[in-house]
Amino acid sequence: MANRASETKAATVTADPYPAQTPAQRFVLVLSRVWAWVFLALLIIIFVIAVPISSGGSVNFVTLRNSQNILVAIIPVLLLGLGQTFVIIGAGIDLSVGWVMSFASVLSALAIRAAFNSGVPLFFSAVAGLLAAVAGASIVGLFNGVIIAKLKVPAFIVTLGSSFIVRGIALLMSENTTVIGLPRGIRSYGNDSLMYFIRGEGGGLYFITRPEVSGEMLRRTDGILPYPVLLTAFVVAIAVFVLHKTQFGRHTFAIGGGLEAALRTGIPVPRHIIKLYVLSASTAGIAGFLSTLRFTAGSAVIGDPLLLSSIAAVIIGGVSLFGGAGTVMGTVIGALIIAVLTTGLVMLNVAAFWQFIVVGAVVIIAVLIDQSRDLIVGHYKSEQPP
Amino acid sequence: MTEPILSIRGLTKRFGGLVAVNDVSWDVYPGEVVALLGDNGAGKSTLIKCVSGVHPADEGEIFFEGRPSHFLRPIDARRQGIETIYQDLALANNLDVGANIFLGREMKNSHLGGLVKTLNDARMLEESQSALASLEIHFPSLTQPIESLSGGQRQAVAIARAVYWDAKLMIMDEPTNNLGVPEQKKVLDLIRRLRDQGVPVILITHILPDVFAVSDRLMVMHRGRKVTEKIPSQTSTEELVQYMVGARDDTSVGNVRENSLGPSADPS
Ligand SMILES: Nc1ncnc2c1ncn2[C@@H]1O[C@H](COP(=O)(O)OP(=O)(O)OP(=O)(O)O)[C@@H](O)[C@H]1O
Ligand SMILES: [Mg+2]
Repeated sequence: MANRASETKAATVTADPYPAQTPAQRFVLVLSRVWAWVFLALLIIIFVIAVPISSGGSVNFVTLRNSQNILVAIIPVLLLGLGQTFVIIGAGIDLSVGWVMSFASVLSALAIRAAFNSGVPLFFSAVAGLLAAVAGASIVGLFNGVIIAKLKVPAFIVTLGSSFIVRGIALLMSENTTVIGLPRGIRSYGNDSLMYFIRGEGGGLYFITRPEVSGEMLRRTDGILPYPVLLTAFVVAIAVFVLHKTQFGRHTFAIGGGLEAALRTGIPVPRHIIKLYVLSASTAGIAGFLSTLRFTAGSAVIGDPLLLSSIAAVIIGGVSLFGGAGTVMGTVIGALIIAVLTTGLVMLNVAAFWQFIVVGAVVIIAVLIDQSRDLIVGHYKSEQPP
Repeated sequence: MTEPILSIRGLTKRFGGLVAVNDVSWDVYPGEVVALLGDNGAGKSTLIKCVSGVHPADEGEIFFEGRPSHFLRPIDARRQGIETIYQDLALANNLDVGANIFLGREMKNSHLGGLVKTLNDARMLEESQSALASLEIHFPSLTQPIESLSGGQRQAVAIARAVYWDAKLMIMDEPTNNLGVPEQKKVLDLIRRLRDQGVPVILITHILPDVFAVSDRLMVMHRGRKVTEKIPSQTSTEELVQYMVGARDDTSVGNVRENSLGPSADPS
């Protein structure tokens, strides 16, 4: 009996999670989880104080209008970043999303124009534009995914190559970068809001329909929750759900953090990887569609500069470039940090190039914090059999 | 006499000109721990990879539970109940214990008439807990990522996963490599416990003390060939070393035996 008990004790493998933690190590572990939120809060506090000072009290950072501007500003970066979040957690990379967004913008503009001109009602013309954008983008994603997953060509190469191809096609189809001649009503889909608030005399809160105001009163009118923001929020909610609550999300983490395990446990890895690139292209497609609505025109060059910002947002948000770690909300915070930074610096009349310098520094800091976390957890990894 | 659960007949596996496994016949019976010994490159891993569906055999046959098995992929072997724990364990280090035990076979909740399915993490956690408890493994927390566990704990998770999914035969390739001495002992205890629960274990190792500690029977390979089968109590470290380095070879003196089981099968 005593023998049995001692045997039991010997086999009882007791866990010792992260032992030998010094206070400094614990600090880094906590910091790695919360720093992006803290940084965002600090940025806002700095701008809340600095913007009125630099403008002599005439401008405030936290205003209804400014908050809505920031929300609109993050849309493309965030949408590109959402798909990228899935791809990078799955240990891939999608460099094609910028040009896919442009391609989708052109496609949706052409579809909307064609549908409307052949008598389709405005709303359904817009729906046709969305479908064209997402379908066209998905084909590129499928192309990327199949070559990466089946032919085993590195994602970096495949998506770099396809981005050039898509760029060519987008420029070709748009016949010199811009597709115009869209129905005027499209503008309101891309710019109107769920609510309006008119400050001061004769003002109030209005729902759905944009109040007919002009002149001085127009300057006192602010939209609340523009439709593109609502659509983006919906996409974010779906992304959170899929990544963190479903088997699809779990398998994405498994493929990125334990490819061998994923393969041996029978997860259909190639098929899953293809889906990841289709998903990434789809969110880029939605971004292209929304930019077409916003500018009432398709643009073959709109997405290109956004690629690196979107990857920056993903990295700042804590997604590991090596795969296997990250959250959707992290990417949202990452995109918010970039938008708040950009908006705030503009309001401080800081020259535009400073934005790039600061964003670049933040990206590097983000990775450094991530790595110091890995160093602390790292000696467990090294204990793992090779 | 009990039927072997695994029966290998004349198995040969070549890599180009190299004969990694050469005409090996071998049986494993229910309820035993058998050790598979051999020097580096003897062909141990290759032999069990043929059994677990990683490599197709070039010649020979494998019978599992009396039926000829033709596993094209590792997953086919796993579905039949052959669980292999490789040196790298095949755990996703970024996921927690529960997620790993259910990897690829996640439990889900259905919503909206099956339209939407969400992971049932609470249920998987519960099941993981009881799977680990059945092997008398106790972690304070199952929600920590595998990367924060020690080597022995990871080994325990891999074993618990195999047991939970109804392993009928457990193959372990050098499970105590890279482990500290106390952890090695715990893994050996787990192997005994598996046998006590009726799961036969093939233990690949070149650590001779482990062989004497846990195995009921052993087989030695040298340069792809089976050179002997022994009962641990009837051999010695010195003798096994001679077999492992090729200084002794039962097959070369004409006493190749199949179905050798028990003392009567021992030529010495
Ligand atoms: N996939 C492969 N392709 C080519 N040769 C291989 C392959 N796998 C194994 N071999 C060769 O087959 C022989 C047997 O290798 P195997 O891995 O089975 O040995 P082992 O007994 O498991 O050795 P160790 O104790 O080092 O793990 C070796 O010479 C090895 O180089
Ligand atoms: Mg081996």
